[in-house]
Amino acid sequence: MSARRIVGTLIAAALIVFGGYAALFIAPDEATMHAIQRIFYFHLPAWISMFTAFTVVFVANIGWLTARKQKWDSLGVSAAEVGVICCTIGLITGPLWARPVWGIWWTWDARLTTTFILWLLYISYLLLRGLLEDPERRATLSAIFGIFAFLDVPLVYLSNRLWRTQHPQPVILGGKGSGLDPTMAKVLLVCVIAVLAIMVFVLIDRYRLELLRREVEELQIEVELRSLDAPASGTSTTRKVQP
Amino acid sequence: MPFSVTTSRAAFILLGKELRLEFRTRELLTATIVFALVIVVLFSFAFDPTPAESRRYGPGLLWIAFLFAGSLMLHPSFAREQSNDTLDGLRMAPVSPFSILLGKMLANFIFLSLAEVVLVPVFAVLYNVSLSGIVGRLIVVLILGTLGIVITGTVFSAVSAHARMRELLLPLLLLPILAPLLIACVESTGSLFAEQPALDRTWLAFLAGFDIVFLTASWLLCDYLLEE
Repeated sequence: MSARRIVGTLIAAALIVFGGYAALFIAPDEATMHAIQRIFYFHLPAWISMFTAFTVVFVANIGWLTARKQKWDSLGVSAAEVGVICCTIGLITGPLWARPVWGIWWTWDARLTTTFILWLLYISYLLLRGLLEDPERRATLSAIFGIFAFLDVPLVYLSNRLWRTQHPQPVILGGKGSGLDPTMAKVLLVCVIAVLAIMVFVLIDRYRLELLRREVEELQIEVELRSLDAPASGTSTTRKVQP
Repeated sequence: MPFSVTTSRAAFILLGKELRLEFRTRELLTATIVFALVIVVLFSFAFDPTPAESRRYGPGLLWIAFLFAGSLMLHPSFAREQSNDTLDGLRMAPVSPFSILLGKMLANFIFLSLAEVVLVPVFAVLYNVSLSGIVGRLIVVLILGTLGIVITGTVFSAVSAHARMRELLLPLLLLPILAPLLIACVESTGSLFAEQPALDRTWLAFLAGFDIVFLTASWLLCDYLLEE
């Protein structure tokens, strides 16, 4: 581990610890929702991280199709996995918050539905990658699907917006989102930066892992090719029967 | 390329080939229609709707049946080429890749539309929905919705053709993408089935937008989609 990584990890850890402390103790009590509202300081950052990650997937998909560099494909799959994790966090913290406040776990509101569809789409993206054998083809075809999925997001949002116009606005981020308390806004900012930093660190780690995995795959192919070559070079016939 | 033909001409030649292939056996079309009918019948067992309820739930049921039928029917579009190794032949033809995709989209559009032509009257009879006076407007909705299904579906058929478990994969890829299309189709069909039938222009515009977005995307990405 390089010194830069250690420092970076420490900063991210300090940020998330401070963010957690600030969300629980510094941020003022919300007038109607009280303590449960504090989940917001992790719910919204998870959302922002998710959208960042999925935007990275989209950029990586286009990057692969235009440049054909393997790193773009590795970045795409890494960001998709991290994005799905952030999305899952958002989907878990959301109902936990909604149940005491709205009285229901789930509602088919535009935002919620869009996130849910987004989650399904990127799980399909990862599934598709798992089912394609040839690395080059896997990269290209999953990139095409990724671009289609990303294009679908605004359409999902728009369709739900048109469909469920009568639905009440989400409590904090509705039209009156500007009414956030200044201390709340500062705590929120810290939490957004903390969660984003962790997302980026996980993404970098996952990306490195993917690069290492590719290297292992290439080495394995090389080993197989050599073991195929060996009997042809006429060293010994007994080597063929080796397991 | 001295022998190149225009995209539209090549697409129509390919369309002719697809139609000839299908109407020799009609197996795809028959299976699709029967499958959609099974869904329609099963729904009536599951929900046992009154006439008022079938007006309320009918559009959703109808479009779910089309979506499921489409996601099954679109699979052979490229898988058939794959198993017979004929896709390479198509690729080598001196035509633009988009014409191959377009020809397949047109063929799938015709197949799915034919299935709908059979299914909609059967649905109207079984669920006591009156179609008089709304046929023309319903056709507009059906055309726009079917276009959306076949545009994305044909592209994903090419995507999933190379994968393992491809029969299972296509619906997994296709159905979430079609979620906004389903909402738009169900809402616009629902407003036609209401007591005072009306065509919702917002949803029609949305459907047209959906078709245009994904047709443009497939036009831009078809070179990568069909490369070897």
